[in-house]
Amino acid sequence: MLRQIEGSRAVAETVALCRPEVVCAYPISPQTHIIEAVGAMVKAGLLSPCEFINVESEFAAMSVSIGSSAAGARTYTATSSQGLLFMIEAVYNAAGLGLPIVMTLANRAIGAPINIWNDHSDAMAVRDSGWIQLFAETNQEAADLHVQAFRLAEELSVPVMVCMDGFILTHAVEGVDMLDQSVVDGFLPPYEPRQVLDPNDPVSIGAMVGPEAFEEVRYLAHLRQMDALERIPAIAQEFEELTGHASGGLVRSYRTEDADTIVVALGSVLGTIKDAVDVRRQAGERVGVVGITSFRPFPGEAVREALSGASRIIVLEKAFSIGFGGVLATDVALVVQGSNAKVFSVVAGLGGRAITRRSLEDLLAQSVRGELNPLTFLDLDQAAVDRERARMASTRRSGPSAENLLRDLGSDYAASKAQT
Amino acid sequence: MTRQPVRFYQVGSFAVGNRLLNDEDRTVQSSPNRTNSIDSGHRACQGCGEVLGARYALDAAMRATNGQLVAVNATGCLEVFSTPYPETSWRIAWLHSLFGNAPAVATGVAAAMRVKGKSEVRVVAQAGDGGTVDIGFGCLSGMFERNDDVLFICYDNEGYMNTGVQRSGATPPAARTATTVAAGPEPGNVFGQGKDLPRIAMAHDIPYVATATVADLHDLEQKVERAMEIHGARYLHVLVPCPLGWGSASDETIHIARLAKETGLFPVFAAEHGRVTSVSPIRHRTPVEEYLKLQRRYAHLFGSSPRPDIVARLQEIADENIARYGLVTEEAGESVASEVRT
Amino acid sequence: METPFAITLNAGTSRANHTGSWRTERPLYVDRLPPCNNACPAGEDIQGWLYEAESGNYEAAWRKLVVDNPFPAIMGRICFHPCETACNRVQVDDAVGINAVERFLGDLALEHGWSLPVVTLDTGKRILVVGAGPAGLSAAYHLRRLGHQVRLVDSAEQLGGMMRYGIPAYRLPRVTLDAEIARVVDLGVEVELGHAVLDVEAERRAGNFDAVFLAVGAQIGKRVDIPAGDSSKVIDAVSFLHQVAEGDPPLLGRRVAVYGGGDTALDAARTARRLGATDAVIVYRRNRERMPAHGEELEQALGEGVTMRWLSTVDRFEGGRLVLETMRLNEQGFPEPTGEFEELDADALLLALGQDTDLSLLKTASDVVVNDGVVQVQASMMTGEDGVFAGGDAVPADRTATVAVGHGKRAAHGIDAYVMGTALESVPKHELATFEKLNTWYYSDAPRTERPELERIRRQTNFEEVVGGLTEENALFEARRCLSCGNCFECDNCFGVCPDNAVIKLGPGLRYEFDFDFCKGCGICVKECPCGAITMVPEII
Repeated sequence: MLRQIEGSRAVAETVALCRPEVVCAYPISPQTHIIEAVGAMVKAGLLSPCEFINVESEFAAMSVSIGSSAAGARTYTATSSQGLLFMIEAVYNAAGLGLPIVMTLANRAIGAPINIWNDHSDAMAVRDSGWIQLFAETNQEAADLHVQAFRLAEELSVPVMVCMDGFILTHAVEGVDMLDQSVVDGFLPPYEPRQVLDPNDPVSIGAMVGPEAFEEVRYLAHLRQMDALERIPAIAQEFEELTGHASGGLVRSYRTEDADTIVVALGSVLGTIKDAVDVRRQAGERVGVVGITSFRPFPGEAVREALSGASRIIVLEKAFSIGFGGVLATDVALVVQGSNAKVFSVVAGLGGRAITRRSLEDLLAQSVRGELNPLTFLDLDQAAVDRERARMASTRRSGPSAENLLRDLGSDYAASKAQT
Repeated sequence: MTRQPVRFYQVGSFAVGNRLLNDEDRTVQSSPNRTNSIDSGHRACQGCGEVLGARYALDAAMRATNGQLVAVNATGCLEVFSTPYPETSWRIAWLHSLFGNAPAVATGVAAAMRVKGKSEVRVVAQAGDGGTVDIGFGCLSGMFERNDDVLFICYDNEGYMNTGVQRSGATPPAARTATTVAAGPEPGNVFGQGKDLPRIAMAHDIPYVATATVADLHDLEQKVERAMEIHGARYLHVLVPCPLGWGSASDETIHIARLAKETGLFPVFAAEHGRVTSVSPIRHRTPVEEYLKLQRRYAHLFGSSPRPDIVARLQEIADENIARYGLVTEEAGESVASEVRT
Repeated sequence: METPFAITLNAGTSRANHTGSWRTERPLYVDRLPPCNNACPAGEDIQGWLYEAESGNYEAAWRKLVVDNPFPAIMGRICFHPCETACNRVQVDDAVGINAVERFLGDLALEHGWSLPVVTLDTGKRILVVGAGPAGLSAAYHLRRLGHQVRLVDSAEQLGGMMRYGIPAYRLPRVTLDAEIARVVDLGVEVELGHAVLDVEAERRAGNFDAVFLAVGAQIGKRVDIPAGDSSKVIDAVSFLHQVAEGDPPLLGRRVAVYGGGDTALDAARTARRLGATDAVIVYRRNRERMPAHGEELEQALGEGVTMRWLSTVDRFEGGRLVLETMRLNEQGFPEPTGEFEELDADALLLALGQDTDLSLLKTASDVVVNDGVVQVQASMMTGEDGVFAGGDAVPADRTATVAVGHGKRAAHGIDAYVMGTALESVPKHELATFEKLNTWYYSDAPRTERPELERIRRQTNFEEVVGGLTEENALFEARRCLSCGNCFECDNCFGVCPDNAVIKLGPGLRYEFDFDFCKGCGICVKECPCGAITMVPEII
């Protein structure tokens, strides 16, 4: 049933349709609306049997999830940003133990400086944890991915993180075709754990593994993710056949058939990019878009194939590895190596900075002109950066850059106000 | 609830068993059918107090739950020496996640059992003192505050023994560790620090808090049994001497635990809903020196340049415990009070 | 469950890891000698029979007891119980009331008519036992059990020797004495009473005996030369007690003095009180600390109105008046005269200054060595004369009934080896279970139960037994106070305290064994064994 609904609410209601048995979370913006809604449903008895546990930290939230999942309960949690970092030890642990927990990551920047708005730094910080990371482009996809995530996680005994852009998706009200309980029940069988804490069949879960077997354990985890590369598209296809929703899968291409320039991105920014591509297409440029849904496992072959016709690949991402450049760009560059394509890394939208269609159009134009640098920071206020660099050079105790920049931009803003 | 000591039998009240007692009056440990929750072949040091405490407590919990028990273990000695791949010593359902999260993991297990309709399965979480009073404290306090249905057992050996004997928030004053060396004018761990976790637990108003030592099996088992009668958050703090970290002879483990109680340095009591309901009185009041001298971690207080001033401060701590909990009954204590003062 | 690789492991698999290889020392179960057993002159396995009594297995306890001593009801009354003096429990609270439990068992056996095992063996050897006191009766008992024929002769009219003629009935009721003696005689002992052996060699030849055991006691009261007027009544205490025992007490008058400091002096004074003496005064030249009499008997005597004149000797006795010289102890503790005198009114003076043995029957046994009036014997109790053994008060030792019973047993085994031509087995004694080897923490606090005593007023007028027996409940309690020094009593401590689960419990009565696959040799079991029945020995590499 199509409803005009907030993204968080759509996710919460869809998670409820998946019949989670233990939900445990700690509040952090912009994840709060999701867990509030799930909590309310549990409290009202609409979701039963289910335990909703309010804990004292994200570390505890993931730890409770580890316990409940190991004891055989379908387990769900959600977090963002600092919260993900606070639970990171347990995030790795859940993956290492092969526990099929599903977690929504309402993507948000990481401080300092503290910032509640969207980027993908948080997801990138746990890139290597062993979790499957799926990125939603729209609220419809966000909702649908959760159903697929439980199916995937439980089939493979691997935890799955559904990444949706904070505020941009979580707080956006738009039309979502909500699934019926019977449809979800038909798609998602009850959780049958591969191993479980059972007093009547006791095992020791979480042994200490030394050099003699650790590499094999890690390699087996890698193979499970390789298996996921098979299962993700198959599950998406099955889901689409059942619901008519084209959600999930590994990668999705838009107008790439003849494109020599292709933009690669994760998440909701794909919509804006598509708009910009449409505009540039009208101008006759052969540009296209490839959206990556499955960031981990990284679908190298699918990406290479999707990009096979392009000579310029622009990887636009809301995160970067400080001191080097784009994270996704590195992955893409690796899989297209050997082709003639040139890979450009564009860092954009950090800390919630709007990525406008205009800026993207300019970027594409620049690219077509061959003027794009290998690493670009989209819409960077170069003048503000230069002034801070100058202050730092002249004064030893120049103070924290973030505050300096705010002050600097504030005076700029005041001056411009005064002029008008 | 106070324990009725078994009387008129040579060792009925204190030893593990007695051929003359009915089975139900003997300890769980006296039974050849005990679970041996942690079995032979583990790699604990010779004379390890922690492995003993763990078997005592978990076997008792297994009996109290008819074997419907899951244990969650924090990282630490107990975890490392019991489960190095490819062998585990555990005979019970057991899960290790991290150092600091055992209480929360246990909460999750308990929640899962409830939703799965397996409410007969009870959950114990266990950790050393580091995993309890330091790194695991946040999760522990949260578990307490929510009154989750978990018995948390701290095996307190007063330091980070697994990593090579460093100071924890449970290391007593004056004790030498690798990070509180016996040097300078105030050798060893400083006075005036450390957490009294049983009292902190009591401040959470949880239904049951108790302390015990590996020296009094009857008391320990009775406390586990009592704890398993109650639902909600429960805390059991068990003193487990560490021959390696304390520098004591491997055969002295139980003796030292006994002296910790008999000196008053480690008060043994039980509390329900924040109120002390019973104390284990001191049977033969003993000056703290007798406890300290058996441990090399206090060697700097004796020997060629002794520190009677520091010993006296430790005695004061013992005396304060005795006063706070009323550990000395008239017959036991007063006759030796003068001895303590010497 | 099919478990994921490495991170999940199947229960209890660590038993593949044999940690026993860490060991440098290994524990070893031992049996040590309990101090009570070590101290018992009769060689009783006290810890052993208490072990049975603890479980309420009184008949088993009694049977274990009578293996060594056929007189528990007698011993439970008159033994001065060196076992209790040696008892390790003294250092915890008070000694276990071994003597009281022994009496309880003895009385229970008489009550239930438990009989000694029937003798089925017959070696055809004939043994002559001279003297039917505790040594002779004990020897007769043990010899019968060994299958020898025994002829027991005594010059008195009744069996029992000093147990009958020296120990007053208020300490040892005759019914008890008779019953326990009868039980021994019933094993098939030939008895001849009123027969004084005048020449042991002749007697041996005439009866064609393979060996002889002399247990003639020390029946002659020592006399000292005390100036006394003609009318002054001076009797030796041994004769006095003998006459009382025969029901023919001499008339002493109302004021009786007893000279001496041993148990016989106390028995004489207490007997005099019962015969109507208003004053019974014991005159002794040393002080209370140096008195050889046993403390509890002194307490009972004082309780009955007997009074003491310490540090006094009798100088002379004339005209109903004793003149006493006051003594003082020198630095060595010996009494010295002070030259100060005082007087004491007395109608009679009983001399309790020790006893001598009548050894005239040895006149033809030329190889028997006699020193200081007593017969010298080897470890087997054989004298210098081939086949002639001796024991009891006639040989150098403490003169108590229990020592005599022990001699009887030892001599019986010596005789057995002699007549059978075998070597006397000497079983090496186990190491003593000293207090330091125990861990007394584990024993329950259990103060000793004392036996009831007859009201004082009734003790001054008749010969009713003074000290009562324990009830079953009390006897059980007392038995359970035993620390079981040096001998495993299956408390499960080793089984419980092992950090490596390396102690195997073998089941009731079977004790434990170590599982050396896993024992790391930490030694906790040794330290925490309450009774000191485990030791550590170096691992052999």
